[in-house]
Amino acid sequence: MTTLSAVTQTLEVIFAALVAPAFLGWVNQCRAWLQNRRPPSVLQPYWGLRKLFHKDAILADGASPLFRITPYVVFGTMIVAAAIIPSMGTRLPLSTAADGIALVGLLATARVFVSLAAMDIGTAFGSLGARREMMVGFLAEPALLMVLFVAAMISQTTSLPLIAESLSVGVHSLYPSLAFTGVAFTLVLLAENARIPVDNPATHLELTMIHEAMLLEYSARHLALMEWAAALKLFNYACIGFAMFVPWGATREALGPLGLVLAVPVLAVKLVIAGAGIALIETLSAKLRVFRAPEFLATAFLFAVLGLLVHLLLGT
Amino acid sequence: MLRLPLDLQLLNTCAALLLLLSFSMLAQRRVVNLVNLLAMQGGLLFVATLLLAWRTGEFHLFLSALLTLALKVVGLPFLLHRLIRRLGVYWDTEPLINPSATMLLGLLIVIFAFGLAQPISALASTATRSTIGVAIAVILLAFLTMITRRKAMSQVVGFLSMENGLFFGAMSATYGMPMVVELGVALDVLVAMLVLGVFFFQIREQFDSLDLHHLESLKEHE
Repeated sequence: MTTLSAVTQTLEVIFAALVAPAFLGWVNQCRAWLQNRRPPSVLQPYWGLRKLFHKDAILADGASPLFRITPYVVFGTMIVAAAIIPSMGTRLPLSTAADGIALVGLLATARVFVSLAAMDIGTAFGSLGARREMMVGFLAEPALLMVLFVAAMISQTTSLPLIAESLSVGVHSLYPSLAFTGVAFTLVLLAENARIPVDNPATHLELTMIHEAMLLEYSARHLALMEWAAALKLFNYACIGFAMFVPWGATREALGPLGLVLAVPVLAVKLVIAGAGIALIETLSAKLRVFRAPEFLATAFLFAVLGLLVHLLLGT
Repeated sequence: MLRLPLDLQLLNTCAALLLLLSFSMLAQRRVVNLVNLLAMQGGLLFVATLLLAWRTGEFHLFLSALLTLALKVVGLPFLLHRLIRRLGVYWDTEPLINPSATMLLGLLIVIFAFGLAQPISALASTATRSTIGVAIAVILLAFLTMITRRKAMSQVVGFLSMENGLFFGAMSATYGMPMVVELGVALDVLVAMLVLGVFFFQIREQFDSLDLHHLESLKEHE
């Protein structure tokens, strides 16, 4: 482990934690523009978090310790995930700890905790949200794994940094299978982050919400951590996408400190474009009924499998 | 890992995108979007033909690329859009099988097509032999699109997409058909389109709808 890789690792985690709310703010701003509304500031999520951190936390009667620790667990897993994902550099000291499959498991851990905490209080909405979240989760996970497997088959490794490295080697090598997995990954990203075709992050209309329903009982710092974790989750998914589909720009060992200096603005540009893209998709699509969500995710899985088949047929 | 030359990589990508578009057509319920997807498929076919022409240096492939551009990207979609406007059919409601089952069926078809293409690809000597499977898959998927729709309009789009698949198959197996055949097929498609356009109006006049189920009963009054 060199100093440079340690610096990259630290910078990456700090950048993820600090920039994730701004990324969410940027998506919201783009959405507002596209919908002809006056946009909130990019910094709005920060103000929301600051407000929540200054309030006194209230816990429901009969809340178990699980309910209290969940925000910390969820935030922690998202930070660890951010450390594993090669958003800035590919030679990270922590990235050897977990490969792509373990990363999916890590994200699943967060989901299990959120769902358990939502059911812990015993309110109807919490249970309803938890069940829906698990339904979306168990369908999205295989699709995400399939997407990872295709990238892993191309680069012959399941480690995400090595995948990013091997895919970024030749700019002139095209992988037709990645066109399919790209579509599949976008669908999974939308479903997992409670974005519009599956869930609406802005709604508090009880019958349609999934993610918000699970957070109803949280307040103050717990809620702040949960919302921060949600922003981090979106950021992490975007970075997983970058690692597989646009891996250029993440620094490598050979490039030295200059590479790291270049990696930050490149990542920022990618995030700006990805955020605008998410906002565009959200504006163009209508919210699906909850019972149509399995169909949506089945499509994602199907595209991922097609990517695999195309790789087998056309792969070099 | 063996690296293919760039133009072949581009061709493979075109093939993959063709397959992707076929799946989008299978899932698409709006007839207008269906026609737009068909035009995009034509566009991809044009690019693929041009790439192949450039690679092999065969003159007749240039001609057929131009023919593709004129007919499949501009001509037929224009005709179809005009028909849609005149007939006022924008939706293909009630698919015969539910959408996820259709997509799963599509996946099985792709696996079948890829398996079917394996021995053919082994025999072919062209540089593009690996895309034969994609061509067969496109043909069969277009067939599935036709089977699962009720409205005459979307069935015609499926038919045209099937022709795209055949064209692509001929291209990847033998660098395209002889010029005479290609011209004949192009003309056939154009004429078929015109005749079908007339048919649509007749069908609608008879049954007040474009639902082909009305054609299944033999007598007018039961």
